Amino acid sequence: MRIVVCLKQVPSRDSLLRIDESQQWVRETDLSWEINEPDTFALEEGLRLKEKHGGEVVVVAAGPARAASAIREALAKGADRGLHVEDDALGRLDSFTVARALAAAIRTEPFDLVLTGLQSDDLGYGQTGVILAELLGVPHATIIMEVAKTDGGIKVKRELEAGWFQYVEMPLPALLSIQSGINKVRYATLMGIKKAKSKELKRFTPAELGVGLEPRQKIRRVYVPQKSKRTQLIEGLAKEAAAKLVEKLRFEARVL
Amino acid sequence: MSVLVILEQQGGVWHKMSWEALAAGVELARGLGRPVAAAVAGADLDSLAAELAGYRVERVLSVDHPLLAEYSPDGFTAALGQMIRARQPFLVVLPHTYQVREFAPKLAASLDRALVPDVVGCRVEGGEAVFVRQLFQGKMNADVAVAGEPPYFVSVQAGAFRADRLERGSAPAPVEKPAIALEAAEIRTRPLERFQEAKRTVDLAAAEIIVAVGRGIKEPENIPLAEKLAQALGGELGASRPICDNGWLPMERQIGSSGQTVSPKLYVAVGISGAIQHLVGMKGSRTVVAINKDANAPIFEVADYGIVGNLFEVVPALTEEVLKARG
Repeated sequence: MRIVVCLKQVPSRDSLLRIDESQQWVRETDLSWEINEPDTFALEEGLRLKEKHGGEVVVVAAGPARAASAIREALAKGADRGLHVEDDALGRLDSFTVARALAAAIRTEPFDLVLTGLQSDDLGYGQTGVILAELLGVPHATIIMEVAKTDGGIKVKRELEAGWFQYVEMPLPALLSIQSGINKVRYATLMGIKKAKSKELKRFTPAELGVGLEPRQKIRRVYVPQKSKRTQLIEGLAKEAAAKLVEKLRFEARVL
Repeated sequence: MSVLVILEQQGGVWHKMSWEALAAGVELARGLGRPVAAAVAGADLDSLAAELAGYRVERVLSVDHPLLAEYSPDGFTAALGQMIRARQPFLVVLPHTYQVREFAPKLAASLDRALVPDVVGCRVEGGEAVFVRQLFQGKMNADVAVAGEPPYFVSVQAGAFRADRLERGSAPAPVEKPAIALEAAEIRTRPLERFQEAKRTVDLAAAEIIVAVGRGIKEPENIPLAEKLAQALGGELGASRPICDNGWLPMERQIGSSGQTVSPKLYVAVGISGAIQHLVGMKGSRTVVAINKDANAPIFEVADYGIVGNLFEVVPALTEEVLKARG
């Protein structure tokens, strides 16, 4: 199986986020970076499929020069080669524009299966994979909990809402966005890190791939959501207080 | 050019979030000074379309085709894409459900447009729609504007708009059935039966909602009280250390410095005083509810909402209210 895994590099989970002077993004100089956690499950699934069925895992990232370190990390975990669409603007562009850049890079390779994570921890659009499937002209499924190869293609287990699941079959080539927690991700070994240094990492500029980076959406302003951590004490008898709490959880906190 | 809301149904039953999307559409249409239309896709939709026509909408578009009986991203993209091309709406609004997440980005891309997903708010500035989205897992908000020509596409987060404010029309809206050309061969995925399964092991770190019990529950026989609340919320049951030390719940459910670190969107602490060892394991939760008889318990320091009272009365009442709200 020729597997392509898409990776995004995002600020580390424990980053202290500060809004920059433009008020349209966060101050990047303050940040450390890591592979978007949901993408690590896609990478792991790709590596497992390769171990089972043979073939190759190619990782692809669209981002500034720093994103090369995310690709190297994936190579250290066992991916075979890397593709990097490099441009400073790609770190924070909307998913449609990023998907176009990824699609252009992926088209330079023959592939059977493209894997993405569920969503990014920074922008959280959760749609790059789906757009990519449309641009590449392949069938897709999302929130995947299991991938099995069949004679004619693949059979996947899709998570639905409220504890429901569904198996879906499709021919290859195809694209899947993988649910976080589908597997237990591996760490890079010392040997892997050593080997990664000599693995191929191809760089492209968007221009070389013939992709424009005109954004489809623009962040006008980034700000800290108003949040009062002062506890609201809810008074009344049990039933009355419970009803008030549910109302607040639904329409104020919006968690129900 | 109207605001078009695409509602979701499954086997003739509306998805609850459909009404929130309709409410968002109505609000945006008002701000933009445009009419609002409602659409639904599936097979044998006559009764659902008639129900929809009862709301105050300009028209109902029933995208009805036998090949849409079972949802597929290819089928829904093809059918809804044809309808949108023909009708040329200004803005398309969808509920941010799992299904919408799977097909709406493709639908928008097939029309060379980009979806603004998972929005929590919107407003109209100078005739232009601006959408509010959460970034960095809710730590930041962003105002997002869309570039290029309409139609624009947006999906709305659960609970962001109030469906209970929807108004019914004085007379039923006209129902139209756009002609849809769809061949079985266009649908490349083959969906099989839907099923439920028992959870194998618990993964609290992945849970969106957690109800955690502490010493205040008093006896192991009382734990089902909290369990019922967790079930009603569609969440997982967790516990503070003493509960697991006592063997009342397995260690895999322990939250805190010696157990799991969790950050669900909703954490309900039942009878937990909030020792620091526990707080470090859950303080990343988005919304914290504390139910405790002691008003001075430290758990209230990190709680967004608190009920000071007898958990044996409050928890069953809360379970009942949650079930009522979730319908």
